[in-house]
Amino acid sequence: MKNHLHTLKGAVVLALGLAAASATAQAGGEQYFPLQSYRVGPYAAGGTGFFGGFIDYLQYVNIKEGGVNGVKLSWSECETEYVVEKGVECYERLKKGLNGAPAAATNPLSVGIAYATLERSTADKLPLITINHGRTDSTDGSVFPYVFPLQLNPYSEVSAIINYIGQKSGGLAKLKGKKIAVLYHGSPYGKETNPILELLSKKYGFQLVSLEVPHPGNEQQSQWLTIRQQKPDWVILRGWGVMNPVALKTAQKTGYPADHIIGNIWSNSEEDAAPAGAAAKGFISITTHPSGTQFPVLQGIKKTVLDAGKGNLADAKRFGTVYYNLGVVNGILNVEAVRLAQAKFGKKPLTGEQVRWGFEHLHFDDKRLKEVGALGLLQPLQLSCADHEGGGAVRFQQWDGQQWKVISPWVQADRKLLRPIIEDSSHKYAKEKGITPRDCSKES
Amino acid sequence: MFYQESGQFSTRYRQDGRALRLWQQRAALWALLLLAFGLLPFIGNDYWFSAILIPFLVLSLAGLGLNLLTGYAGQLSLGSAAFMAVGAFASYKLQFLLPGLPLLLSFVAGGVVAAIVGVVFGLPSLRIKGFYLLVSTLAAQFFVEWLLTKFAWFSNGNESGVITAPPLLVAGHDFGSPAGRYLLTLSVVLPLFVLAANLVRSSLGRNWMAVRDMDTAAAVIGIPILRTKLLAFAISSFILGVAGSLWAFTYLGTVEPHGFDLSRSFQVLFIIILGGMGSILGNFLGAAFIVLLPIVLSILSGSLLSGVLPAGQLENLQKIIFGVLIILFLIKEPDGLARLWQGWRARARLWPLRF
Repeated sequence: MKNHLHTLKGAVVLALGLAAASATAQAGGEQYFPLQSYRVGPYAAGGTGFFGGFIDYLQYVNIKEGGVNGVKLSWSECETEYVVEKGVECYERLKKGLNGAPAAATNPLSVGIAYATLERSTADKLPLITINHGRTDSTDGSVFPYVFPLQLNPYSEVSAIINYIGQKSGGLAKLKGKKIAVLYHGSPYGKETNPILELLSKKYGFQLVSLEVPHPGNEQQSQWLTIRQQKPDWVILRGWGVMNPVALKTAQKTGYPADHIIGNIWSNSEEDAAPAGAAAKGFISITTHPSGTQFPVLQGIKKTVLDAGKGNLADAKRFGTVYYNLGVVNGILNVEAVRLAQAKFGKKPLTGEQVRWGFEHLHFDDKRLKEVGALGLLQPLQLSCADHEGGGAVRFQQWDGQQWKVISPWVQADRKLLRPIIEDSSHKYAKEKGITPRDCSKES
Repeated sequence: MFYQESGQFSTRYRQDGRALRLWQQRAALWALLLLAFGLLPFIGNDYWFSAILIPFLVLSLAGLGLNLLTGYAGQLSLGSAAFMAVGAFASYKLQFLLPGLPLLLSFVAGGVVAAIVGVVFGLPSLRIKGFYLLVSTLAAQFFVEWLLTKFAWFSNGNESGVITAPPLLVAGHDFGSPAGRYLLTLSVVLPLFVLAANLVRSSLGRNWMAVRDMDTAAAVIGIPILRTKLLAFAISSFILGVAGSLWAFTYLGTVEPHGFDLSRSFQVLFIIILGGMGSILGNFLGAAFIVLLPIVLSILSGSLLSGVLPAGQLENLQKIIFGVLIILFLIKEPDGLARLWQGWRARARLWPLRF
């Protein structure tokens, strides 16, 4: 009997707690960002850095400017652990906004979650931002109106790397007869670029050696022995998480020089290079944004947010690292989209549908970059109805044993070459799903 | 007191063969069905359908599949997720190979393919038992995941191995909305539960339990071990396969082979351990525990503790609490939640007298 009462009491407490949690007090006047973050699990390094930078930038806008045109920014987090079904649960939990503040856009920073919420967010009219990753054909905004692989999609990424190797070899024509190996993570993310690499190898006449590393990639002896036998001129490392430092260490063991390994966009952080110690010295990788704290926007964040003890990072030393700066860049792009949309729809909290218009009209030239204090941090960018990527350029950086040093100006991907392939794929998707593409000439 | 069962006699064989012999049980079942079909679709919101009810139903079904094999037939398996993956990819692929294949039939076909694969990987069970069998089903887990990742044919030429759900059309009706997907899932899950509840009372079910309790003795009294064990693998894999299709089509809408990894197999195993081995109801209880509790913890910690602790520590704290709760439950009731439920029923029967 006593047990009964106990259970009952427990249930009541639980129910009250839930009711309190779901009760919504109308606050209004705020623009809300649902954050599907991940702070535990194997990819926590990426998640804490990225969402730390994102949140700090939102705080910075709130403190310095009182929000966007007086509309305060708010956010709440939901842990996904990079797991797809948790990401879906978080998406459904947060999409309605918070305390009456409507959601602006979702930023899951996970290919799997992005794939799983792609159709949901289109149905819910909420922009889905997959900065530097995601589904390549979502670049075609006429078929994917609500999906934005901002800055750099996976195809542009490899195209830019090949262009860089071409530059290094003295022109793309010199690529003929060269041998390039690609070491990729055995996941949808890792395999996404294989067809495009094959296409480029045919076009430029280089020989391609594709090697898969099964998830999570902590054992790569056989792959690197193959590389030693094949003696490729360059190795493209398409890694994620623990796979990257292991690759660098194994390369050293098998005697492959680190300065001929080029890491892709998810093999480019301090967390990828530093654990490999001396083996990482000379390692080259691409980046859409340099690490470093010298940019005015980062100095501003340091002064108003970090020095006030409000920084989101548990380890303040990570301020200015690659993941953190990506979060800041992502914050700048999101806030700019809200700002642009406000110019059209009025200075009030906006719906996802209205913010989508803002994303589609993102335009950063050098002047605007200077105004937000991100010149050199963010590449010049212009989006449109048909083009949801906007940039497609990367810089190359080299690990000197302690930190990344930028070693190249912006290198452009061959976007004209990629566009027909992207459209083929997006039209196939449209046909499968029965979507009629928008007519972009009629969009304003 | 709450619960009088005296005076209910069976006067016909038909009545005696019923799965639920008390009118209270039947009334409760009808009330639940009415709630699930008649009320929930109208009062639920997107969040409840997409994030709670659908995964709860699908995981209950997966639990049922494993429970038939492990809880009833006594064959340990860590390959549940592999059979789910086979079901999901087979239904997807068949949709393309046979255009115009009705959705429900493709679920069944996915289940059948999973059943065939299940029988193949069940063959070792004739020679090995217990933990050794566990290891051989583990092979199924790794093999299937590798196969589906390696050959793009299974995902219809998609290099990245991701499959997406076709439009959810049944007899011309679109079940694509969250409420529709919930109803579709429910309508697939319930018949399979009815089937399984009757199966375990049939002669096959009794054979399974005989094999579970002692297979030598079962062989001696004339139970065909080969047939019994392989049927357990086939039927269990069929149900897991259907659960996999539902997971891919009605729940997530898109899935990659890695979504059916070893941790999914463990999740299904935990559902039946927590819910109760050899119990039909236990699958629902276990799935509810696994699906709901982390969400409740996350919402509670978000509203009560946010700001007190850094977000990262808060997440780890939830994991700790979840783990501790599982351990406490298993200490208090090693036979699972279903046994706990039976205990409560026995108490309720006597209330207000002491048990």
